[in-house]
Amino acid sequence: MYDLILFLVLLLLGYVFGQRAEKRHFKSIIEREQTLRDILVFSERRIPDEDQLEGILVSGNVVISVDFFKRFVASLRNLVGGRVSSYESLLERARREAILRMKDAARRKGATAVWNLRLETASIYKGAQNAVGAVEVVAYGTAVRQRR
Amino acid sequence: MIVTNIETVPGKQIVKHLGLVSGNTVRSKHAGRDIMAGLKNIFGGELKGYTELLTESREEATERMIEQARAIGANAVVNVRFSTSSVAAGAAELFAYGTAVVVE
Repeated sequence: MYDLILFLVLLLLGYVFGQRAEKRHFKSIIEREQTLRDILVFSERRIPDEDQLEGILVSGNVVISVDFFKRFVASLRNLVGGRVSSYESLLERARREAILRMKDAARRKGATAVWNLRLETASIYKGAQNAVGAVEVVAYGTAVRQRR
Repeated sequence: MIVTNIETVPGKQIVKHLGLVSGNTVRSKHAGRDIMAGLKNIFGGELKGYTELLTESREEATERMIEQARAIGANAVVNVRFSTSSVAAGAAELFAYGTAVVVE
């Protein structure tokens, strides 16, 4: 009985705080994407007109955890199969955040563009029954700036 | 030392290839961070401790790769790739590798 109450309390806490945190995070991602729009990102490897440029490796990473409620919803989804939208939004947040941090690092180095963007995702924390606890996304690329 | 993840160094010519260089580090999280992570698993959100830990580890792996490149007389590393794998419960390996070259 107490277990059930604890479970419901955790579910409620996860729902309330998780939704709030996600909303806030998406808002801040959209704001920062606006301010970093002038840094262009390409997944292309060949840089045109590279004679006057110099390149530096930049990267950004983030570890984000999913909340209790979403993990429970995902485990229900596991029974019937199909889209697990609660993990989709987690990965989207992580990717956009990692790219933003990489762009920020590029700006601090005075670069105007990032070439050969690579994204890598790793699940680094396994909870009970091997459920996804947290994911890490790292974004890296070659930032270019005018040679001084 | 110039490090890039494309095949060339912008604005410079590669005159000599020196082969593959790599650097790795295995890190595990400490108990305090694990407790915080356990809480965050209920509420959701960024695990700042882990983000920092992995950033530091990746920097160290890159640093080791650069040292190795320097030891064989390179002045740049091109085509750098990162890879992460969890080798045991609670420990992760960060690995960086690339091609050491001489540019001018």
